[in-house]
Amino acid sequence: MALIFHRGIIANSQFFSRSSGVLFRRLRASRSCTSARGEGTANTLKEELIQVAPKRALEPNTHGFEAIIGIETHVQLFTLTKAFCSCPYVYGSRPNTTICPVCMGHPGTLPVLNSKVVEFAVKLGLALNCGLSMTSKFDRKHYFYPDLPKGYQISQFDIPIATKGFIDVDLPVEFGGGHRRFGITRVHMEEDAGKLLHSETGSYSQVDLNRAGVPLLEIVSEPDMRSGIEAAEYAAEIQRLVRFLGISNGNMQEGSLRCDVNVSVRPIGQSKFGTKVEIKNMNSFSAMNRAIDYEISRQVLLHSQGQSDQIFQETRLWEEGAQKTFTMRKKEGLADYRYFPEPDLPEVVLTKEFVDKLCQGLPELPEAKRRRYEKMGLTMQDVLFLANDNHVAEFFDASLENGADPKLAANWIMGDISAFLKNERLSITEIKLTPFELSELIASIKNGTISGKIGKEILFELLAKGGTVQSLIEEKDLVQIVDPAAIEALVDKVLAANPKQLEQYRAGKTRLQGFFAGQVMKESKGKANPLVLNQILGVKLKGES
Amino acid sequence: MPPPPVRSPSSLLLCHCRLPFHISPQTRLPLSHNSSVRRRFHCSAVSALSSDPQIAPTDLTTTPPSSHILSIRESLLSRRRTAADVAGEYLDRLRRTEPHIRSFLHVSETTMREAEEVDRLVASGKDLGPLAGVLVGVKDNICTAGMPSTGGSRILEGYRPPFDATAVRKLKEAGAIIIGKTNMDEFGMGSTTEGSGFQVTANPWDISRVPGGSSGGSASAVSAKQCVVSLGSDTGGSVRQPASFCGVVGLKPTYGRVSRFGLMAYASSLDVIGCFGASVIDSAIVLNVVSGHDRFDSTSSTHEVPDYASFLMSTDHFESTPLKGLKVGMIRETIGDGVDVGVISSIKAAALHLEELGATITEVSLPSFSLGLPAYYVLASSEASSNLSRYDGVRYGNRATVDELNSLYGDSRADGLGPEVKMRILMGTYALSAGYYDAYYKRAQQVRTLIRKSFKDALEKMDILVSPAVPSPAYKIGEKVNDPLAMYAGDIMTVNVNLAGLPALVVPCGFVEGGSAGLPVGLQMIGSSFSEEKLLRIGHIFEQTLPNYRFVPPLLFLELV
Repeated sequence: MALIFHRGIIANSQFFSRSSGVLFRRLRASRSCTSARGEGTANTLKEELIQVAPKRALEPNTHGFEAIIGIETHVQLFTLTKAFCSCPYVYGSRPNTTICPVCMGHPGTLPVLNSKVVEFAVKLGLALNCGLSMTSKFDRKHYFYPDLPKGYQISQFDIPIATKGFIDVDLPVEFGGGHRRFGITRVHMEEDAGKLLHSETGSYSQVDLNRAGVPLLEIVSEPDMRSGIEAAEYAAEIQRLVRFLGISNGNMQEGSLRCDVNVSVRPIGQSKFGTKVEIKNMNSFSAMNRAIDYEISRQVLLHSQGQSDQIFQETRLWEEGAQKTFTMRKKEGLADYRYFPEPDLPEVVLTKEFVDKLCQGLPELPEAKRRRYEKMGLTMQDVLFLANDNHVAEFFDASLENGADPKLAANWIMGDISAFLKNERLSITEIKLTPFELSELIASIKNGTISGKIGKEILFELLAKGGTVQSLIEEKDLVQIVDPAAIEALVDKVLAANPKQLEQYRAGKTRLQGFFAGQVMKESKGKANPLVLNQILGVKLKGES
Repeated sequence: MPPPPVRSPSSLLLCHCRLPFHISPQTRLPLSHNSSVRRRFHCSAVSALSSDPQIAPTDLTTTPPSSHILSIRESLLSRRRTAADVAGEYLDRLRRTEPHIRSFLHVSETTMREAEEVDRLVASGKDLGPLAGVLVGVKDNICTAGMPSTGGSRILEGYRPPFDATAVRKLKEAGAIIIGKTNMDEFGMGSTTEGSGFQVTANPWDISRVPGGSSGGSASAVSAKQCVVSLGSDTGGSVRQPASFCGVVGLKPTYGRVSRFGLMAYASSLDVIGCFGASVIDSAIVLNVVSGHDRFDSTSSTHEVPDYASFLMSTDHFESTPLKGLKVGMIRETIGDGVDVGVISSIKAAALHLEELGATITEVSLPSFSLGLPAYYVLASSEASSNLSRYDGVRYGNRATVDELNSLYGDSRADGLGPEVKMRILMGTYALSAGYYDAYYKRAQQVRTLIRKSFKDALEKMDILVSPAVPSPAYKIGEKVNDPLAMYAGDIMTVNVNLAGLPALVVPCGFVEGGSAGLPVGLQMIGSSFSEEKLLRIGHIFEQTLPNYRFVPPLLFLELV
């Protein structure tokens, strides 16, 4: 089936509502296992031919220009040991405490590949719908820098482990929503370098090699993004993926997820790309969004002033304080990394069995989750909230497994539970409430055992102290009063105690019904069924006088 | 410590027992401290070849080389000598010969203490490792914890590795005593040992000549009996060529047979740790110890390690034609133009000897042979340019005193690396550059594939291939210093074997004129991958039956008589 799908162009959120989803006939990327295609190299996963339609719409404030954005993402894997030696890596360790002769590049040392790195790379390759190279290899990338102990980085050059995939993203509703598919050019394995610590005076630098040799996966996207929010959501989706897969903590602040963004701008209709600028130093998705939009505006301004020759191929740094990008270094021609095959490591050969096993073990990924939640009838707002955090999603799914109503469970999680988490600065994995008890709570309200109000009280009790819904209801005698006779007695009592208000009511001040209802509820300690209560109260107020 | 009485080298040789051919096949290394085994060693073997008067040794001065390792073992087990006596003898000889040949960059200060440790072990009656009390010289590019390891380079002057190379660890575990670090061409780049950043080593056969290289120190040290055996490394012939020049046995194992962990990389896809011995059996015993898969070297082979030595020791006796049925291919391209006539006639005589032993000799042609040299120099230089990037003065080794990053790199490397190394880094950097990669590196890899194939084809028809190890005998110190191409051309016999990753054994086979006593010539025997056992067996039979040659350098007569 040939499927034409229009990639996102519209960047202005106001003009992009959910309904514009019609632009995107969504391609249901049913993830199939690559290796099932046999043992050839670089099998591509996609049976469907994806054609990219010419870009059409554009954000108005770019004045007839469109931005082309591609992203290189480095994901630090949280394997127990480094990629090629048995050193552990713990973020924040004292400098040069997790090093050995191998990762220091001592003479005579040799790299030995950590098989977990291959496993993680295959998982990510599968999750990104890539074709896997059943035989790939490592290469050496040469340059001199003090944080690079061997004078070369072990990387993959011409045969990366995974190629030609894609990732599906749902833009946040507040940015106009919409579904996007971005191409993935390649995923390859490599090692990280150390870090330089520059002295305050700038007169010397120190080398910390703790990070040297830590495994990375580099993900190179196609230049498919058109705006800051698209780029930020692409990166956020990568973060979700690696977290769902359990291959990285994806923490941007610690540098476990680093994005280098290439931005260029060209007049709409021109097929040649403009000069591209690389932006670094964005340590949050929102910074990415702002940095890219800033850079687009800067380049569009230069273009529209006839100064497009003032856009240089360079690396610019995002300065959070100034909310601007600044030149870091101009590229002096292409660096020659003198790649050649790493002779110290044998080829990486994947077997069909290995890939199949990993494929079968993959968890449900964010895109599939979102589609599943969507089918349950949840709004996109709910879907994104629940699916964006794997812990939240796990909690939600677990409550569903216990029979909770999806919409009600979503409301509880997004409402009171989320507020509690925010207040207490906790993660959903840290609370005492279990998904089972949430489903119990929902069921107890639904079947009328307790009222919604009581439910809320119990919820906070459960969140803070734990316990079961059942025992709390019994312990506190919270079972809802549904018996009309009992409620009638309470109503009578309240009416009798408030003759003045009753008189006013009967004189026409009917909005006092709320006051009476509140008094009865109070009298019942919140346990009276509101429906029954209001019914009886209505009759009694108008009633027998 | 009083020096042990000086003995003449011939008496030294005589006191070593001949090869115990009569040992039953079940005797294997490591030898247990077992009286029945010991008894066997007491017996001096009568030449099994006496039935064939043509190749039987005619007098005792031409006794074939015996195993120094087994002889030391026998004297320790029989308590005839102590390890300290043995160590004293070698150290004494080392002290007296070293000023002439300068094989060592570092001599261990703990040799005597370690020997005494071995003696305590002997006294306690505990099992001895197969190399107990054996003094081993280790090429300086093989890491030894607690001893300097410089790879012959000034840039690593004073560098002491924090670990032992796997081969060294295995030697130590087998009871060997590392006597010191031997001189070499800087990082293995050279064929004369003149390329050392520290000193020039001389050939014990004629101290005005080079010992060959790059493992020149290891070869000359074994030749001059400064140590019993030694480790070298062979990237393009660096074990075999000096073995030929110095008249010792040199073994280049199959790529991956011995772990490279701890071997300073020159050209990773070609580098192999090899060994030198005064006899084939000594080389076999060392190979036994250092071989095997190593989890620290992903390119080391999991191929099973047979007991290379026991077969040689258990050979009961030689039939008149022990190599009957063996098909030997003489590589045509190695006995033609550009090869010293004396070398050719030695090799032809050696071939004749193989024929006498029952082998059939056929000339074979390896059509891609001449392509090996340029392909080798492209590949080796390319890998070297990468492997030597780590010598930047940042983490270890010599660092230039500068205050700017580019000068830190530039000056540290300019000061620390020698001219040959710089030249090869430049060549390799060029060959790997964008736009040249296909024309050089990639093309050289294609040649390599051709060479592999032509060897494979030839070795399907032949059991082994033979050739000279070097086109010439040892040349004069300084003779080729200013003519790198002539020096590179000397590697023609050996580089192809590295490109194909095959094992090869060099056994001294004759002499050509030169020096005071002639200059040794080595026969190179090449086998298919992991056929070391076969090579060693053939080499052993060849060596033990070779008439009228004794490969003891005149230096030992001059010094010790």
